[in-house]
Amino acid sequence: MRDVAIVGVGMTRFGELWETSLRDLFVQAASEALHSARADHLDAVFIGNMSAGQFVGQEHLGPLLVDHLGMAGVAAGRVESACASGGLALRTAFVEVASGMSDLVMAAGVEKMTDSIDVTEVLATASDQELEAYHGITFPGLYAMIARAHMEKHGTTEEDLSWVSVKNHRHGALNPKAQFPAEVTLEDVMRSSMVADPLRLLHCSPVSDGAAAVLLCPLDQAKKYTDRPVRIRASGLATGSMALADRKDIAFLDSVQLSAQRAYKMAGLTPADMHLAEVHDCFAIAEICCIEALGLVACGKGNAAARTGETALGGRIPVNTSGGLKSKGHPVGATGIAQAIELCEQLRGEAGARQVKGARIGLAQNMGGSGASSVVHIFEGI
Amino acid sequence: MPSPRYWREVPSRFRLEAARCHACDKVSFPARRICPACRGTEFEKIKLTREGRVVTSTVLYVAPNEFAMETPYAVAIVETPEGARLMAQLVDCEPADVKPGLSVALEFRLIRQEGHGGILCYGHKAVPAGV
Repeated sequence: MRDVAIVGVGMTRFGELWETSLRDLFVQAASEALHSARADHLDAVFIGNMSAGQFVGQEHLGPLLVDHLGMAGVAAGRVESACASGGLALRTAFVEVASGMSDLVMAAGVEKMTDSIDVTEVLATASDQELEAYHGITFPGLYAMIARAHMEKHGTTEEDLSWVSVKNHRHGALNPKAQFPAEVTLEDVMRSSMVADPLRLLHCSPVSDGAAAVLLCPLDQAKKYTDRPVRIRASGLATGSMALADRKDIAFLDSVQLSAQRAYKMAGLTPADMHLAEVHDCFAIAEICCIEALGLVACGKGNAAARTGETALGGRIPVNTSGGLKSKGHPVGATGIAQAIELCEQLRGEAGARQVKGARIGLAQNMGGSGASSVVHIFEGI
Repeated sequence: MPSPRYWREVPSRFRLEAARCHACDKVSFPARRICPACRGTEFEKIKLTREGRVVTSTVLYVAPNEFAMETPYAVAIVETPEGARLMAQLVDCEPADVKPGLSVALEFRLIRQEGHGGILCYGHKAVPAGV
């Protein structure tokens, strides 16, 4: 396998982008990525997208989107793993370059959610249709069940959940690409309307439009495109039980742990080697469960991390310096790529007010559904 | 949901049919072709006891369109004495009273109406035991 680097990045602002279509979102992010690497060609494009077919009635995104990029002819296709589609696109591009199959590959993610009137139902198709969605459960509802299990087992409180949102909004307020670049107080979160008990509106990531793209090439060709390549040290992908009811411990995300173990092993690194992490905080409880499963904190101790500042900027292991899905926004297919872009900016020392001092190694974790799939990538600044 | 798909799921939804693996005794609900615990393929068909206890739950205030008129409603994961776990709405009680460990009975109820034809879809809902 060849060593692989990210040599170009581009992303749209995340938010309710009424004036921008699915194809224009992609073209905007992809053009910026090409431009940032001074690249005029591509060997292949992998597009992470959860559900354009349901959100905007458009399938067959590979040819459509490269055509609009002015590159009809390039090998392209869509990959899907629900909200982990972007992470899976990155892994697919990574393998394509590492294997020697292609030299310059784009991993992109795009989702146009605000054109849809049935967002909750579309997202629910990432749960088990026959055993879960049938009974009227939603994604906030599934994560609420995980939250209650975590409360029961580890004594987690509503206030613990709320600190995650406060922290991530504090980070996101420093991110010009964020959908909600504004701080919220603990009281704001705890008084927001109930969505699925114990999860309130401000414990939930928003519905968003957005696109993100990164360019990958072999590390030994990276200098052709950039002075600041970011090496992808490892990629770990794992699955777990689809239905929440089938999991031994509902408060623990097995797939996240497995994907992380695979990535740590491939990189020859441990959780203690990470200087920062972007994790999949689709709901506040998800960040708590993810940092535990990633080994960034001890199992059962994730609940205190945001409150104590351990995972805040300036803390021991800053988590979601971008603002996370909560503040930055969560256009589901684009999220995994946007996480990689935050890592690139941090490891290049270009994150401005969000910069983690001396950050050289970090990870991004992107998951699908209620944690039935998870992708972890480990990055190193060079 | 097209009607053949609905009809196909009747054994588990109407009769709570599950499968016990011959090799490892793991109970799968609904029945599967391959045991998720040991990958065995020989099963004994069993019917789940219509009772259990709440493992975890939530109360939905924002629901899918089809359930919007029912909010707030509780949904729980219920474990039966056979060790099978299933998701079900928990009804005939205050949603706020649903807590882990609550003993419930599983009752055959209308769950939803689907499609333009309004197919009536049945299944099981949980109610507090002894009510």
